Amino acid sequence: MTPSVRVLVGTRKGAFILTSDAARKSWDVAGPHFSGWELYHVKGSPVDPDRLYASQSNSWFGQLLQRSDDGGKTWNPVGNKFTYDGMPGTHQWYDGTPHPWEFKRVWHLEPSLSDADTVYAGVEDAALFRSTDGGQNWQELSGLRNHTTGSTWAPGAGGMCLHTILIDPTNHERIYVAISAAGAFRTDDGGATWKPINHGLRSQHIPNPEAEVGHCVHRIAQHKAKPNTLFMQKHWDVLRTDDAGDNWHEVSGDLPTDFGFVIDVHAHEPETVYVVPIKSDSEHFVHDGKLRVFRSRTGGNEWEPLGNGLPQKDCYVNVLRDAMAIDSLDECGVYFGTTGGQVYVSPDGGDHWQAIVHDLPAVLSVEVQTLA
Amino acid sequence: MTQAVEAVSAVRVVLPGPLRQLARVTGELVVDAAPGEGGRITQRTLLDAVEARYPMLRGTMRDQDTKKRRAYVRFYACQEDLSMQGPDTPVPNEVADGREPFLVVGALAGG
Repeated sequence: MTPSVRVLVGTRKGAFILTSDAARKSWDVAGPHFSGWELYHVKGSPVDPDRLYASQSNSWFGQLLQRSDDGGKTWNPVGNKFTYDGMPGTHQWYDGTPHPWEFKRVWHLEPSLSDADTVYAGVEDAALFRSTDGGQNWQELSGLRNHTTGSTWAPGAGGMCLHTILIDPTNHERIYVAISAAGAFRTDDGGATWKPINHGLRSQHIPNPEAEVGHCVHRIAQHKAKPNTLFMQKHWDVLRTDDAGDNWHEVSGDLPTDFGFVIDVHAHEPETVYVVPIKSDSEHFVHDGKLRVFRSRTGGNEWEPLGNGLPQKDCYVNVLRDAMAIDSLDECGVYFGTTGGQVYVSPDGGDHWQAIVHDLPAVLSVEVQTLA
Repeated sequence: MTQAVEAVSAVRVVLPGPLRQLARVTGELVVDAAPGEGGRITQRTLLDAVEARYPMLRGTMRDQDTKKRRAYVRFYACQEDLSMQGPDTPVPNEVADGREPFLVVGALAGG
């Protein structure tokens, strides 16, 4: 079978599936699926690439989960009942008062690395759920939310969302999650117990900038060949850890601004990292009106702008936290989507870019499957 | 004056577009609704019947546990807004006997 790629795009008004051969020059666009609904995330199982999970929601009718068993050609609703384990209790509200934990939506779906029927869901208000029956039934891994710090967690501007789930490819009992605005957490026992892993983060928006929790982590990325090395895009600051999150240090280096949402790692080069700097936390658009990905080949600190094929004037889009992906073809492809509805691909690791589509609804998430 | 409805009855339900899309139906639904404890078809028993026939709609109109109506969902019938009535309030006779549909409406929001 000839290698190909399938890009799964979640937008404010539906999901789209973009497919191409390995050249990644000519694309077929299918969709919208679930027209009119917000698709926060669509992701495929690494065990069975035709098994896709999609998070579908809107303010009127709430949360739905959809599953495809044929690569996105057809979909069926699966379970959408997310009930917190036990008495949910309270977390902090924006004004510091206690606020009841309330389920709002699923931000991120992370299929298991070993079983197509097992999938994790990161939700707002922040909690981690797991299904072991293909999404029909969901159980909370409540050791996370019941951590002693849980009652002090507070929402970021986008809500108190669990938006990042990373499963260690060498040890599936080790899982990392990130919550805005609580920080990063790790389990080493499959989700039963969790520890905050925020040592080294500094956040000026909280009373103690080096507190154990309270950090607005936007995204974490990992390379499968170096699972103890993680890269983080925090609200402000780009950081890395080389000890599975026990200690972080800043690698923002010469970035024009270190605010941003996405971060990802090259498929074959564990020290090659990508970010999209955003001007500031009050101006959610790219710096200088230029859409540029920044690449570090040194694991951070030294960054080069990549804008060949991207708009370099009058561009004021954002790239949201789940909207960058990396394929694993021999020549690594990099993908990202914008709030302006463009999805871009670089088939050569970031050197050259082209738009796959220009005019989708605002892009919430981008994932890519490399199909053998 | 309302009349008691004592048997399972075929009621008509109109869903908003997004829920018709989800349930893969066009036009009105007709479901067999059972009477509630008072011997009358209520919002609760009517929606129970809808969700039993179309399980993908669970959670979209009301909370799955508390059965509380979702904030941006409204219930209309016979040119009346029934949204603020309790779930065990009988639906109008015209709905219970199929002369009028029960309307599930997405509240106008968003400009």
